[in-house]
Amino acid sequence: MAPALISLTGITKTYATGDVDFPALRGIDLEIADGEFVAIMGPSGSGKSTTMHIIGALDTPTSGTYRLGGKDISKLDEDQLAEIRNHDIGFVFQSFNLLPRTTVQKNVERPMMYAGVTAAERRSKANQALKLVGLEDKAGNLSNQLSGGQIQRVAIARSLVMTPKLILADEPTGNLDTQTALHIMEFFRALNERGHTIVLITHEEDIAAFAQRRVKLKDGLIVSDSGEFYDHAH
Amino acid sequence: MASSSRIAANSTIMRTSELIITAFNALKGNILRTLLTMLGIIIGISSVILIISLGQGATASITNEISSFGANLISIMPGAEQFGPARGAASMLTLKHSDALAISDAKIPGIANVSAQAGTRAVAIANGENVNAQISGVEPAYAAIQSLDVQTGAFFDQGQVDGLAPVAVVGPTIVKDLFGVGSAPVGKLIKIDGKPFRIIGVLKAKGLSGFVNPDESIYLPITTVMKTLLGQDHVDDIMVTADSAEAVPQVMESIKGLLLNRHRITDPKQADFTIRSAQDAISTLGTVTGVLTALLSAIAAISLVVGGIGIMNIMLVTVTERTREIGLLKAIGAKRRDILAQFLIEAVVLTVSGGLLGMALGTLLSYLISSAINIPFSISVTAIVLAVGVSSIVGIIFGLYPARKAAGLAPIDALRFE
Repeated sequence: MAPALISLTGITKTYATGDVDFPALRGIDLEIADGEFVAIMGPSGSGKSTTMHIIGALDTPTSGTYRLGGKDISKLDEDQLAEIRNHDIGFVFQSFNLLPRTTVQKNVERPMMYAGVTAAERRSKANQALKLVGLEDKAGNLSNQLSGGQIQRVAIARSLVMTPKLILADEPTGNLDTQTALHIMEFFRALNERGHTIVLITHEEDIAAFAQRRVKLKDGLIVSDSGEFYDHAH
Repeated sequence: MASSSRIAANSTIMRTSELIITAFNALKGNILRTLLTMLGIIIGISSVILIISLGQGATASITNEISSFGANLISIMPGAEQFGPARGAASMLTLKHSDALAISDAKIPGIANVSAQAGTRAVAIANGENVNAQISGVEPAYAAIQSLDVQTGAFFDQGQVDGLAPVAVVGPTIVKDLFGVGSAPVGKLIKIDGKPFRIIGVLKAKGLSGFVNPDESIYLPITTVMKTLLGQDHVDDIMVTADSAEAVPQVMESIKGLLLNRHRITDPKQADFTIRSAQDAISTLGTVTGVLTALLSAIAAISLVVGGIGIMNIMLVTVTERTREIGLLKAIGAKRRDILAQFLIEAVVLTVSGGLLGMALGTLLSYLISSAINIPFSISVTAIVLAVGVSSIVGIIFGLYPARKAAGLAPIDALRFE
């Protein structure tokens, strides 16, 4: 069996809120293989956002091990995590995806700037990615001149430019009307068909339906997993 | 290894230029706030430029004036050395005409000309007109010392001084006032303080030179002035010129020794006269304007500090406003130093823009004021370097804390910020 791209083992996360410790995750075991399209679902307070933060290397677990591509990244420092996020993970958020006062082109180039990619290469890769989402003619626009759906497509383009191992989408359709939301989800499905691993965080069933596998969380624990990978692991 | 470090350096430069553009865009986004924030820096830098420029202009102007009556000039005034200008010491009686003659006779090497001077103001009457004129009793060498040129006639000679001749050399303004434009007054009589003098020469127009205006003066033999007009045997001062500026200190030393000897004073500290050179006056002036400039610059520096605090305040607001943006940048791979650099560059762009605007404003104001008060306008490279340098330093110092605050934000806190 191929090693998992994402491997969470005994992950817990406890937030200190005043005098009381709040356990957001109480022991998550989850493996996601390369090329999977997984939806992580759950009501608010279920721990799905915390799971997203840990998978996205935005936060570190209180205990447990997180391996991304075989590498343990649960004990890395802030700058090392920044490098992981830069190289290995592409993010699409629900809102505030693009920098204001900045052109679409520069927004898409930004992760490559942090990676030290040359200007010429950044330009060509950004153009390529924008073409993929059908927005090459909007390259010079500022983000406030775009519709909600266009903003999400630019974010998808940006998530691709570093050819990451994983695309992490956190409620990517939460601010969109149904029609546009379905359109955006088609993009994710197409990306997955091209071989990209996608982890989608959502609380909407019809959005999660685009994924092949649905993992449900409640009170900091996984309560159901439609995936076979999970079953094999146990 | 070498090539990889070169790539890193290139990407740093590239990133920096990109961040400067980003910073400009951010600042353009709220132009009013940006301008108000920069105001402190603009005022601070423009004041510094204004003060330095006007200080230099005024110094140059006064230095020129002092130099115009000779960098080689030495003046000996009665009365002990005292702080500040010694003009008021003219009332002291310790300097005699014989002192001037002794300096002349001593053949001190390096001396070019010597002239004592005794003056007064008096009414001069001629041609039915009268004028209140500066009357200067001088010796023939005075014309050379003050570079006075005679238009018509001649300056009086040593024989006329020795003979107490009642002759006068008059400035062109006096001639115009008494005889009218285009007159030929040489040979005519002029009454000064009721006594008749024959005009033997008219000076060329010269304009204000140092503290006197020869155009408005009447020059008489010093002996005549002392005996006939003033009835005194002391003089107001003695002027000496050296052969060269280099000879000045040696000549001063010799004159001092001679006069101490003549006045029977053994302790040089007890000297009853003061010897000064134009060079001293220039350096004294330099000290005075230097102190003044430093003082005013210190005040301007306070405004820079206040301006810097304004920058820090607005940068803190900016960091808070842009917390989500910082979160996004961190999510897509910005490291601490990337965020630090971005906000630091923004603060520096803010202060340097303010500095450049302040420089432009200060230059404009000093140009206008210089022309208004008629002093030479000069703007130095130092001032420009100062404007840019100081404003960048202010930006770095006051931008550092907000930038560190931004860089230290945890990605998830920044992303969750409402």
